[in-house]
Amino acid sequence: MFRAAVRLSVSGVRSLTRTQPGCQALLASRGYSHGKQETDEEFDARWVTYFNKPDIDAWELRKGMNTLVCYDLVPEPKILEAALRACRRLNDLASAIRILEAVKDKAGPHKDIYPYVIQELKPVLEELGISTPEELGIDKL
Amino acid sequence: MFGVAKIEHYTLPAYFDARDAPLPDIRYVQNLSPEQKSLKEKEMGPWAALSNEEKIALYRISFNQSFAEMNRTTPEWKTVFGALMALIGLTGLIVIWQRMYVYGPVPHTFDPEYKAKELQRMLDMRINPVQGISSKWDYENKQWKK
Repeated sequence: MFRAAVRLSVSGVRSLTRTQPGCQALLASRGYSHGKQETDEEFDARWVTYFNKPDIDAWELRKGMNTLVCYDLVPEPKILEAALRACRRLNDLASAIRILEAVKDKAGPHKDIYPYVIQELKPVLEELGISTPEELGIDKL
Repeated sequence: MFGVAKIEHYTLPAYFDARDAPLPDIRYVQNLSPEQKSLKEKEMGPWAALSNEEKIALYRISFNQSFAEMNRTTPEWKTVFGALMALIGLTGLIVIWQRMYVYGPVPHTFDPEYKAKELQRMLDMRINPVQGISSKWDYENKQWKK
């Protein structure tokens, strides 16, 4: 009840009008948002780091891919390379093939993305012995 | 080890084929046959040594439907459309039957003679003279305006 009166007292008003360095610093930047926008490079690097974890487990691989696939983008080949190598560490060939399928599905109507990704991943696919869904013939019914 | 509570199967992770979750929680085939077990052993080695059939077999252990099978269109819409049309047609038959055997005769207000008189009276009363029916009637020449 008396709090409002105290706040409006002389000393209270003085403290309000006094410029405070901390407040000014906050006002200099916009008050409604904090945290900065992640750049594309930082995004890619974050996901490459995620999949490059040496002792990544099967849950982390699934969680990572399922989350990545939910974004409105097609993952960069370097992210996919890290993910495929994670599959190799986990001895999970099926997931590697599935990831390639998911990338093709993610590209949607843009038919030039998937061949580009495969072209970029060619050395990795050959090194690890991963067949593309096309080579296995499971891309068609 | 889990106490007295029985673990129901529906509380455990389940297998789903979904485009937005390419890697489901569990393998599709949980109980491996001896051939599948030896295949899983072989998967530990270099993958280049696996034949295409073995790779597909490994894929089918982990997953039920491929993306191509998931995304295929079904002709089910034809059944739905046909059933819908059949039901609408049946409804029409019911309406015709009701018209013949349930409802009484058509009211006298539907007679062409009565409707002509009704129209004349509307014009005489100058109903809706700004934008409606009377505005379209030419009272001097006794005809509809061109």
